[in-house]
Amino acid sequence: MPYPPPAPDEVTTTGGFLLVLSFVVPAAGALLAFVAGGRQAERVALTTMPLGLAIAVAIMVALQRTGAPLVYVLGGWAPPLGIVLRADGLSAVMMAISAVVICAVGVFARPDFRTPAGSLEARVPFAFWILLLAIWAALNTVFVGGDLFTLYVALELLTFSAVPLVSLDGRAETLQAALRYLLFALIGSVLYLVGTALLYGTYGTLDIALLSHKIEAPPATLVAAALMTTGLLAKTALFPLHLWLPPAHAGAPAAASAVLSGLVVKGSFFIVVRLWFDVMPGLPGFAAAQLLAALGAAAIVIGSIVALRQERLKLLIAYSTLAQIGYLFLMFPLAFSGAPTRLESGGALAGGLLQAISHATAKAAMFMSAGLIYAARGHDRITRLGGIGRALPFSILAFALAGLALIGVPPSGAYLAKDLLLQAATGTEQWWWTAAIQAGGIFTGSYVLLVLAHALAPADEPIALRPSVSRVGEAAALALALCSLLLGLVHWEAYLPITADGLSNPLTLKALSTALWPILGGGLLAIFLGRWGHRPERAPFGETVVAMVAPARRAVLPLGRMFEEFDRMLRRWPVAGLILLLLAILFGAAMLAGD
Amino acid sequence: MSATTVFAVCGAVVVGLGLYGVIVNPQPLRKILALNLLSSGVFMLFGVIARRGATAGLGSDPVPQALVITGVVVAFSATALAVALLLRLFEAAGSATLHADAPASTGADSPNP
Repeated sequence: MPYPPPAPDEVTTTGGFLLVLSFVVPAAGALLAFVAGGRQAERVALTTMPLGLAIAVAIMVALQRTGAPLVYVLGGWAPPLGIVLRADGLSAVMMAISAVVICAVGVFARPDFRTPAGSLEARVPFAFWILLLAIWAALNTVFVGGDLFTLYVALELLTFSAVPLVSLDGRAETLQAALRYLLFALIGSVLYLVGTALLYGTYGTLDIALLSHKIEAPPATLVAAALMTTGLLAKTALFPLHLWLPPAHAGAPAAASAVLSGLVVKGSFFIVVRLWFDVMPGLPGFAAAQLLAALGAAAIVIGSIVALRQERLKLLIAYSTLAQIGYLFLMFPLAFSGAPTRLESGGALAGGLLQAISHATAKAAMFMSAGLIYAARGHDRITRLGGIGRALPFSILAFALAGLALIGVPPSGAYLAKDLLLQAATGTEQWWWTAAIQAGGIFTGSYVLLVLAHALAPADEPIALRPSVSRVGEAAALALALCSLLLGLVHWEAYLPITADGLSNPLTLKALSTALWPILGGGLLAIFLGRWGHRPERAPFGETVVAMVAPARRAVLPLGRMFEEFDRMLRRWPVAGLILLLLAILFGAAMLAGD
Repeated sequence: MSATTVFAVCGAVVVGLGLYGVIVNPQPLRKILALNLLSSGVFMLFGVIARRGATAGLGSDPVPQALVITGVVVAFSATALAVALLLRLFEAAGSATLHADAPASTGADSPNP
């Protein structure tokens, strides 16, 4: 469903008030929880969640019934004088997935963030529930905001509510990670703000629909586009601007990591999509899109290899997020179907968005199961995970299903996304992105299999589990993983720009066999590049395998270490800052060249 | 050179100084100050745009001014949050640096400092 056609005097559509409710309800919940305080915060949050979910569902139903985007004109003042809220299919899908993930996180977090009996108020639970609702409100504002400055404010709200979640436990490392996150994100938002200033100065409006008709390509607009894109990339942590992401996402409590990794980075990604596809589809040009996707491809390769080298499960998952963010940006050059200079809202866009929502659900499930493992074992060293598969079967099952969903095993959402992206790559004759998409699946397979191999290995010594593994938490993780695995079966035609006849049936043998390559290739990669701590001699044929693999592994391992060093260098503050400026210049140059 | 151009050039210089500080200066407090300088430069840019958009009867376009006020509020909250985090970091660690590898290399299962 394309973004609204020119409508000089837009009016509120039926059901438009739902858009207001979508962020007012969580925001009111956050304020109420703050005022009520103490153990009421949890109750308010848990009452708000079903309401928010119902609103998201209502928006989806209303959108399907009317077949046109929902619009709410604030105060009856139409743009350019006033501000409107709009929800098209993309917004509705993102809102629904956010609601699902937040509700699952709420269920998962209950045992961990309970105010202890006897005390009136505990800092950590109080902050957690309020921040969770604030993140929800900010995300929904990002999804329905109809003008670039509203999006800026929403983005800032999102960052301000996400940053304290990183340092909930108050340890020095997490405080440092939060501060780095905040400061780097602020540079990104200043760049975005400069862009809005330039656009307003040139066109006198910041409304997305109005801008899309006025926009041309004088230098000021190109500079604005380059600055805004780069600023948003810094907030999304697209490689090489990821200095804040691994420590922040790995250091936060599991429930917080699930929201940060699953949803928060999607907020700024969504604004990049709005900017490129809705505000200026004719402007960025082919070269800039290639640059964007090249960064994505580099993110996949380096993020995955560094993930394989990690000692701790949560860091591995954080680096996997880095790689998956790269995957999201592969869609941009593939959207140039038909007219070569214009981004079309077609199959590629649908594929990218499906990848985003299946990553949101799968990654949240992965962080939750990692949290359960950590709670049960007291550590999350990957090489010492042996025996955990028998001790916590449901947590490992959730991790495995989420991993399979990420790899793109049918009928997962990632499978459908991959199918759409591959079709777009073939349609636009860009074979190099076909290769990148296929390689992405193999890289994803490698770290998922590495973790599963360790988790399913027999224990070296009898393992002592801490008693309290939350069954509810396991159920929430499992539900999200299943959700991600079944997303491919939903009929997305009503919301995303896809045609039903172009898709292959995900339940045929042929579709299932496509999942074989990522798993086999990923297994090989994991064997050569992963960390293997336990003694493989005890596995059947272990010695033969070790003897065969050892020389090749010795040859490849320095490569892995090299990537680790490279990543460490990129995560230094001055290096990342300079790269940020360099990228802004590169994007500007690419847009100027492609124009 | 008209007044708006002078202001725009000043804004650009302030943005440049802020960017330099935030990238090069290793101390977090100075980074926070540099970020404020950076935002101030951008707010000056908004002022210039407001002036340029002046129509008959009005000294300047009011919309950028409204945007700047929102921007100032956002920058204020950002600064407050950053300073609060910095103080907590100083309390917890005894020093305040943003040096890269500390959080990544020590695991969460290491003893609390």
